[in-house]
Amino acid sequence: MSDANRLSVFKTYKLYVGGKFPRSESGRVYEVTDSKGKWLANAPLSSRKDARDAVVAARKAFGGWAGATAYNRGQILYRVAEMLEGRKGQFVHEVADAEGLSRNKAAVLVEAAIDRWVWYAGWTDKIAQVTGGANPVAGPYFNLSTPEPTGVVTVLAPQDSSFLGLVSVIAPVIATGNTAVVVASERAPLPALSLGEVLATSDLPGGVVNILSGKASEMGPHLAAHQDVNAIDLTGASDDDLARELEIAAADNLKRVLRRRTEDFAESPGTDRMTAFLETKTVWHPTGSLGASGSSY
Amino acid sequence: MPTTAPAALAFADVTASDSALRRFLHGLPGVDAVGLEARAASLGTRSIKTTAKAYAIDLAISMIDLTTLEGADTPGKVRALAAKAVNPDPTDRTTPTTAAVCVYPDMVAAAKAALAGSDVKVASVATAFPAGRAALPVKLADTADAIAAGADEIDMVIDRGAFLAGRYLEVYEQIAAIRAECGDRARLKVIFETGELSTYDNIRRASWLGMMAGADFIKTSTGKVAVNATPANTLLMLEAVRDFRAQTGVQIGVKPAGGIRNTKEAIKFLVLVNETVGEDWLDNHWFRFGASSLLNDLLMQRQKLATGRYSGPDYVTVD
Repeated sequence: MSDANRLSVFKTYKLYVGGKFPRSESGRVYEVTDSKGKWLANAPLSSRKDARDAVVAARKAFGGWAGATAYNRGQILYRVAEMLEGRKGQFVHEVADAEGLSRNKAAVLVEAAIDRWVWYAGWTDKIAQVTGGANPVAGPYFNLSTPEPTGVVTVLAPQDSSFLGLVSVIAPVIATGNTAVVVASERAPLPALSLGEVLATSDLPGGVVNILSGKASEMGPHLAAHQDVNAIDLTGASDDDLARELEIAAADNLKRVLRRRTEDFAESPGTDRMTAFLETKTVWHPTGSLGASGSSY
Repeated sequence: MPTTAPAALAFADVTASDSALRRFLHGLPGVDAVGLEARAASLGTRSIKTTAKAYAIDLAISMIDLTTLEGADTPGKVRALAAKAVNPDPTDRTTPTTAAVCVYPDMVAAAKAALAGSDVKVASVATAFPAGRAALPVKLADTADAIAAGADEIDMVIDRGAFLAGRYLEVYEQIAAIRAECGDRARLKVIFETGELSTYDNIRRASWLGMMAGADFIKTSTGKVAVNATPANTLLMLEAVRDFRAQTGVQIGVKPAGGIRNTKEAIKFLVLVNETVGEDWLDNHWFRFGASSLLNDLLMQRQKLATGRYSGPDYVTVD
């Protein structure tokens, strides 16, 4: 077929909620442009009701994901990296358009993002050894501290780093067993919406990651005040005023808050983002040798 | 309430013999299935917001028959359910109570004791619920037992086997016998188990059969089969009670049960009621929801309207 006569097949970008690809409940879309202002695609402009539905999906998925073995979570996250590797070309293309980079520079970012999935996949069954432990106590007890996932985490993804930054905020949240409601970069949401397609084909249970495109300033207040959200990552809050407003709303049900800060996502991430959304559970257990009675209890 | 419903007298000739009853029921107009479902679906698209939504939520809460019908029911679980019926949201005392608590006959005494001093009624399923596969004396004894324990309402099941085999008079006489057993001590709800009746025509016939035999309420389902209350079968039953009142002057209640789990669905049913039979039925004396998990969703929506924040399952009871 000759190229000149072929009609373009444009992609309809959709949200990723509960393992499905819905349009926004509101029916709204907005224009996404590249760094020079050229039209790329229409992305859904999510409403607060899409955010509510995403929280319901994330809550539903939480029990199964938190209860999966750390080893199994690691396998699934590694599978995500495998799927990304296969679709690297698409992501290089989208990142280059979104951030105004050359193909080569975009490829470096995409490869760094894939490597980051692998890095976090390795952490799933090791974080407990780092943050947990056996505590010495003055009595015939074992005293063990283990990290537990916080629950449903709202993530406002970085506005500028459309893919490496996105991966760097999602992977640590789900690696430890949380489920996530992600609000993608408003200006450059296309790599995030495509990531949803990768997650859907990576054995990741539906609802563990939910991706919304639209305005953080519109959905943020509802997510920060939502009584069924356990933590919020404010990395992508567009300005300090919004971040402050969201922190205040989040205080109402004692959400864990990761405060807004500037970050260089190219650097080695460390374990901070994983430990930000962990809680420590400590259990006491009799050691079993209580002397002449022979009873452990 | 008279022991023989006035409607029964009006239909004395229709119910005189099995063949007359069959002629009457099969002479009812056939149901336009496509039209019925389209009508139910189009009424489900109404947008109910703000003050109307607040009204609908409170109305729906007041119409709930809070139900537990499990083999594992204990007196403790029934007491917990009763406490929730009286005080659905302990953080907001303006929340209305539910209409009733619905339990098995052996739990009626526990429910009655727990609800003492409140307006919440005790409904009891009876007549070998949910299958209805028992002899009439057993069904009557089951009913008498529930009423003796203090049940205000009896939810009976019809004998679907007899109905589907075409033995309409047998079904009629069984309902009439239970009606007589209830007397003026209890209101009678007749469950058709619409999911087992196969066709909309059968649902219309069962509705008329139940109403002629003296039901105070007609109820869709037991909640124990795959297909329970749907907007379409509820709309069909609402049309039947509307037509029955137009013909006899007797008002009959409707109770969809099973499968209604969230506020949005419940409000769709209220729209059906308002648009089909009107405001006369928008009261828990004439319309009920048989449900359990629905209440939690209604409470979460109510909290959202009151505070502006989305609520979550941590703020309602686990049951």
